[in-house]
Amino acid sequence: MPRARVQAEAFDAGIEIAALGEGRRDVGAVATFIGYVRDRNDGTGVSRMTLEHYPGMTERALEDICDEALGRWDLLDLRVVHRVGVLEPGDPIVLVAVSSAHRGEAFAACEFVMDYLKTQAPFWKKEETSEGSRWVDARSSDDDAAARWEAGKAP
Amino acid sequence: MKLTLLYFASLRERLECPMERVEMTVPTENVAGIVAQLRRRGGIWDEAFAPGRAWRISVNQRMGTLDSPVAEGDEIAFFPPVTGG
Repeated sequence: MPRARVQAEAFDAGIEIAALGEGRRDVGAVATFIGYVRDRNDGTGVSRMTLEHYPGMTERALEDICDEALGRWDLLDLRVVHRVGVLEPGDPIVLVAVSSAHRGEAFAACEFVMDYLKTQAPFWKKEETSEGSRWVDARSSDDDAAARWEAGKAP
Repeated sequence: MKLTLLYFASLRERLECPMERVEMTVPTENVAGIVAQLRRRGGIWDEAFAPGRAWRISVNQRMGTLDSPVAEGDEIAFFPPVTGG
């Protein structure tokens, strides 16, 4: 299984976490993040969402982010799974799972991968609301979160 | 110079075009030259690529800028700021 995947179907976090520890006894920590579709955004109810991506570039961007994390922290392995297509409130969208010998690296790298994914990986969300459908605008707070990891500013 | 141009998300809908193959009619060194040719189509194309609008560029599936060099056969994509995760 490639460590970065884009897929329409749901993922099983348990299987992804188990894969990180398979055949090895040096894993001391696995940190995971799962993002879900919420039923509200910017004060409006959301009934459904469609995620579009750029086949080829998106997978490559996710791989690049994984490489960057492996270069920055002493990690053992990691997985990123991002869903595309039609999703409903409560559905999981994205999974990041990072393994390392100690928790510090796993926590930090997990947050880093999400922050970079939010600003670097070509995905776009379109929401269905009671007022019609709308493309989700990028948030400047996501740029700020990603900028924290630039050289010399790592939290 | 022949190029493949891709458009995504709100930009794709607005331009009603997911993909096209174009022949550059004037010598083009970078993405800015492509954008200039697209704007010369007028109407929605001129509006969509007007300065100050927030859109992003990739060249051969890597993030790029207006200054990114382009060459024969390149795949250039235009899209709004990303909103995954």
